[in-house]
Amino acid sequence: MSSNSNLTSMKRTVEQLKLEASVDRIKVSQAAADLQQYCLQNASKDALLVGVPAGSNPFREPRSCALL
Amino acid sequence: MGEMEQMKKEAEALKTQIEAARKAAHDTDMASAASGVAPAPRVQLKTRRTLKGHLAKIYAMHWCTDNRLMVSASQDGKLLIWDSHTGNKVNAVPLKSSWVMTCAYAPSGNLVASGGLDNMCTVYNLKTPVIKTVKELDAHTGYLSCARFLSDTEILTSSGDTTCVLWDLETGKQKTVFLNHVGDCMCLSLSPDMNSFVSGACDSLAKLWDIRDGQCKQTFQGHTSDINAISFYPSGNAIITGSDDCTCKMYDIRADQEVISYQDAALNSGVTSLDLSASGRLIFAGYDDFNCNIWDSLKGEKVGVLSGHDNRVSCTGVPGDGMCVCTGSWDSFLKIWN
Repeated sequence: MSSNSNLTSMKRTVEQLKLEASVDRIKVSQAAADLQQYCLQNASKDALLVGVPAGSNPFREPRSCALL
Repeated sequence: MGEMEQMKKEAEALKTQIEAARKAAHDTDMASAASGVAPAPRVQLKTRRTLKGHLAKIYAMHWCTDNRLMVSASQDGKLLIWDSHTGNKVNAVPLKSSWVMTCAYAPSGNLVASGGLDNMCTVYNLKTPVIKTVKELDAHTGYLSCARFLSDTEILTSSGDTTCVLWDLETGKQKTVFLNHVGDCMCLSLSPDMNSFVSGACDSLAKLWDIRDGQCKQTFQGHTSDINAISFYPSGNAIITGSDDCTCKMYDIRADQEVISYQDAALNSGVTSLDLSASGRLIFAGYDDFNCNIWDSLKGEKVGVLSGHDNRVSCTGVPGDGMCVCTGSWDSFLKIWN
């Protein structure tokens, strides 16, 4: 019985590997170019990267200026 | 005898085939390809809030989609809902089991979930006059390591029983069981388009799953120890993992392989948690050595560090609008930085 379940388990492993082997792969250079493009296109909206002006930072109290 | 041997050979041949195909696609690596990209600026963030209220180690936190509220879970037996702008506690949810390992906020803001060594995922409604338990999802045979809502009617969980499960919150039953890992599942991340998710496990593998058909589509190897943290890149084409092997890695989904590793000879603490800035350029990774290191995701260089906790950083989260990063620690505090 246990040899049957080992066989079933092995069959499943082979089926899974067949599925994973059939994936279409793009070149890493293409993948890298796309990732870079995404990052650079969205950089200006990335507050942690470019910073947040103090006035529009919800985590900072706005400073009030007193004109003497 | 014969059939088993034959299948073992077939499996080995397939593995070799996969490795060869990956190698053929590996015409460069991410760091080399990014040599022309301007380096990220040195990132120096300040602590803007220190949220005090938990009485024991914090294990998890998750932002609400309103970018203001967040939920945290501690082994003091409570979930706390915080208003990050004021630093005030908005709600406290007492837990039946204090051995909590994960918490999640539903996209609607109506529900939160928790789970841990009780092997269950408990869902609470925050909008009823008194916070009510609406479901106890009880079918895992191992601890609940992570939970993420798809909506108010569906939630995904990962478990120490090596499976991930998609639950129907109306019936409380399992819709789909994702079977393939051979080690405890430690973390999961939903794709931006919500059609797939990735899981990381103690078998040192990350797997990509189709939510609807339940199949494992791709397996990513490279780590040499438990994967504790995982996140989709905002573009949906890559994933970042963090591991007990002290490294973070980026795997590109379409290239089906590891494309960069974030590591430093001086770093010998495991990665506990991670999240990405809005553009994906910065990776915030929490480590056992009490710090959160900031990595340039394209160039693989460390560009900053968040120091301030007095114990392990156990959870890290960037809200949807990318305005800040929150770290939670075994020192019982949460800090908000920007």
